[in-house]
Amino acid sequence: MRWDMPRGILKEENGSEECTMEIHSREQDRKLTIFLKGELDHHGAKQAMEQIGYAIDAALPRSVVLDFGEVDFMDSSGIAVVLKTQRRVGSSGGVVQIVNASQQVRKVFDAAGLSRIIAMK
Amino acid sequence: MKSTNYMKLEFMSRSVNEGFARMAAAAFLMQLDPTLEELGDIKTAVSEAVTNAIVHAYPDGLGKIRLQGKIFEDHSVEFTVRDYGCGIADIAQARTPLFTTGGEERSGMGFTIMESFTDKLRVRSRPGKGTTVTFLRKIELREKK
Repeated sequence: MRWDMPRGILKEENGSEECTMEIHSREQDRKLTIFLKGELDHHGAKQAMEQIGYAIDAALPRSVVLDFGEVDFMDSSGIAVVLKTQRRVGSSGGVVQIVNASQQVRKVFDAAGLSRIIAMK
Repeated sequence: MKSTNYMKLEFMSRSVNEGFARMAAAAFLMQLDPTLEELGDIKTAVSEAVTNAIVHAYPDGLGKIRLQGKIFEDHSVEFTVRDYGCGIADIAQARTPLFTTGGEERSGMGFTIMESFTDKLRVRSRPGKGTTVTFLRKIELREKK
């Protein structure tokens, strides 16, 4: 049997697929901790950016901690998520910190030189 | 160098297939008994190459992506990600760190990470014909306990 690409499918349909990330947050004394869970690739990054954006807009934090403790995998899409978060928080004078990154996640951050501009624990 | 095993698979350029492609590559790699770090490096490089094809190759719709893996007798592995999309006009510019045409969702670090996580990276492209990214990585031979 021969399998062909179905015709006439628009790229926008990509957006209807289920996200691979779960995000929740906790705020105390204008310190917002955002917990990320799952695989942070291009498929999950757009929704992650949106949810992080909503959390920041709601809390107006002085500092944001991105907790990567339950991120099983990340590629360069995660760098875009972190940089966008930093721009958003930095525009109001806040700072961003990354914690609990696994060896694989940390290696991606290091390869991109991100550990030189964002604090990591 | 003689290859001792290979695999080939084809899928649509849907972003949900990024995870499928890297898991398939990881499963194929397992026969070389990689360390967790080697496995993570290969999954990352495959994810970057497949994501590039998904984001850039077919701007107006969906297309076909082919992932091939080859294992060689010197314990190295080669993966090739091929698309049949719009191609890259300037490969050197595309490989420049921080360069992206993908908007704020992309960091422009995909090729930089692929280069740093593999031993050898080759990019071939023809505008209107598609792009082929091939990378090679040696997997350390570990003593069996």
